[in-house]
Amino acid sequence: MEAKPKPKRLALVASKGTLDWAYPPFILASTAAAMGWEVAVFFTFYGLTLLKKELTATISPASNPAMPMKLPFGPEALQNFNIPLPNMLMTNLPGFELAATALMKQSFKNKGVATIEQLREMCLEAGVTLISCQMTQEVFGFKDEDFIDGIDHGGAATFLDFASESDVSLFI
Amino acid sequence: MTEVAFDQELDCQGMLCPLPILKTKKVIDTMQVGQVLKMLSTDAGSVNDMNAWTRQTGHELVYSERNDKLYTYFVRKT
Repeated sequence: MEAKPKPKRLALVASKGTLDWAYPPFILASTAAAMGWEVAVFFTFYGLTLLKKELTATISPASNPAMPMKLPFGPEALQNFNIPLPNMLMTNLPGFELAATALMKQSFKNKGVATIEQLREMCLEAGVTLISCQMTQEVFGFKDEDFIDGIDHGGAATFLDFASESDVSLFI
Repeated sequence: MTEVAFDQELDCQGMLCPLPILKTKKVIDTMQVGQVLKMLSTDAGSVNDMNAWTRQTGHELVYSERNDKLYTYFVRKT
């Protein structure tokens, strides 16, 4: 009998917890799983908040100077217009992050992009290994019960052990 | 429009990456080997994505075509 070929492997580090940066790891992980790959994502530092039961990820204009600001409603010409707000202003405007987050969520919805919750659920369904960085958990004072069910816990060695046998490894 | 016999149809119109691929994979999983899935998408990235996904999974992209903004794919489960 012919041995089944070993599946490809994807190893990701998710280190950022804002809404925009929450997408790449979950998109890549769910897609790789849909290709039949084995996937593990190591959630560390701010990325660890993406494993919380209550997702509170927001958009921050800080250190995203190229972030386009667009309206998710109104006439198409208006929607395609990039509102020229200086980054310094956006970063310091009170309430800006809430407003920007609401606008971006609406844009994602309008364009048919999945929510982070949906993608995370699909990752779990597909058997993606989601690993909480135990060190980050201790530093930030997160409890096990803050997180969704079905995740693993570990440290750098856990990730490297998986990554060492991986075909694709990315730090996000 | 070329007619290809198919067993199931999946409408992914209005969805963007990675949803068309994730939904295609879910439906293919429920089908029998040899059956054909017809998938509709309006995602311009789906051309490359469907080619890549079938290459990675080994399922056969029997036929695909584009009609303005509508992309149609026929995938045979292997």
